[in-house]
Amino acid sequence: MNSLTEKQFLRLAGAVLLISAVWIAISAGLPGGTANPGIPAPQAGFQAPDFTLNTLDGSTITLSELHGQAVLVNVWASWCIPCRTEMPAMQAIYDQYASQGFTILAVNATSQDSASDAADFVNEYGFTFPILMDVDGAVSRLYQVSALPSSFFILPNGQIEEVVFGGPMAEALLRTRVERLLQGEE
Amino acid sequence: MFPYLNLFGAAIAVSPLVILVAIWLGAALAERTSDRHGIPSETLYNLIFIALLAFILGGRLSYAAQYPSAFIADPVSLVSRNLGLFDPVGGAAIGLVAAAIYGQRKQLALWPTLDALTPALAVLLTAIPLANLASGEAFGAPSSLPWAIELWGQSRHPVQIYEALAAGLILWWLWPGRAKSQDPAGTNFLLFVAANAFSRLFFEGLRGSSALTVLNLRAAQLAAWVILAAALYGLLYLRRKSKTALRTRSI
Repeated sequence: MNSLTEKQFLRLAGAVLLISAVWIAISAGLPGGTANPGIPAPQAGFQAPDFTLNTLDGSTITLSELHGQAVLVNVWASWCIPCRTEMPAMQAIYDQYASQGFTILAVNATSQDSASDAADFVNEYGFTFPILMDVDGAVSRLYQVSALPSSFFILPNGQIEEVVFGGPMAEALLRTRVERLLQGEE
Repeated sequence: MFPYLNLFGAAIAVSPLVILVAIWLGAALAERTSDRHGIPSETLYNLIFIALLAFILGGRLSYAAQYPSAFIADPVSLVSRNLGLFDPVGGAAIGLVAAAIYGQRKQLALWPTLDALTPALAVLLTAIPLANLASGEAFGAPSSLPWAIELWGQSRHPVQIYEALAAGLILWWLWPGRAKSQDPAGTNFLLFVAANAFSRLFFEGLRGSSALTVLNLRAAQLAAWVILAAALYGLLYLRRKSKTALRTRSI
């Protein structure tokens, strides 16, 4: 640095700052500067990919029909210890916030689990939120689930607010995220 | 994108693992070369350790302070392993304060200490884009270039790879021992800051996940421009100060 004279240094610094300012202005006009919520992808800032699954009790639920509600999509399996550990906290949060427009879709990765084991676990704890059965693994593939549990916090407008891979999620984490969803924070 | 490694039945998050390895490598490199800046390696190790510890504890406490009701309802969450219960900005502020207090107690000179820490920071900034690549975050804008990668439903600039390469280049440029001995203390650190601010400013323009401000301007670019200007001014200040000192000495 000392090999430059002060005049050369000032010219260089000025040129760098000017070029940077021009690039900032050019960048403002470039397309795709921010995540496009119109594109479905299992990532924060994108539209949550839509799916339809049967529940454990035989009814059918489509994610897009829950538009206007804050949704937690939680992919789990009965053999997965962290999944089992976080479910009671999920139930506590569901009990507290369901009346405010929050719901949980607990998607059982049935292709990696057994439907009867899943049902036994749900009955043992008496979970009241919908348990969806991903029999052929389509939703796990759609959401690129590489670890269980995987949780997708979805805003009332259908946009994914946050993705949490792994667990168990602490009750405080669930509570702060659900409150943010209900406030519509991005 | 490979957010998780499945090892022996356990899912291990790649992104924090990359950051942890980078901290370890960076700290080891900084310790090996700290003597050149007149900072004992043990003191530098303690400084890094205290700053990290304060960052981790401070980040959790700062988060809890923002959402007290959630932690009052479930106090055990204070010691949860969930990375989501963390405020990185608050943690960084507390980490900096802790490092400053330790540095003052040990009477560490500011500029040589920052120079000594530069290798650790440079390794860390090389690893952050790789961690983002693993998790799929900080992704690029849509692109039809031949080297574009398929991510989140579109072909995109592999901006995390661009950023990692640029940070690697900066690390190589400022590799310990490469700096000229006549450069005043602090030059290496400010060059590092200026180069990384310029790199961030440039590659932010190719990101697809930028936070936008007025007139569609990208917030990170504006912040990087201010940091770049401050670093360049700092370099000018150090040059003038060192020349004045030389002149005084020769008189």
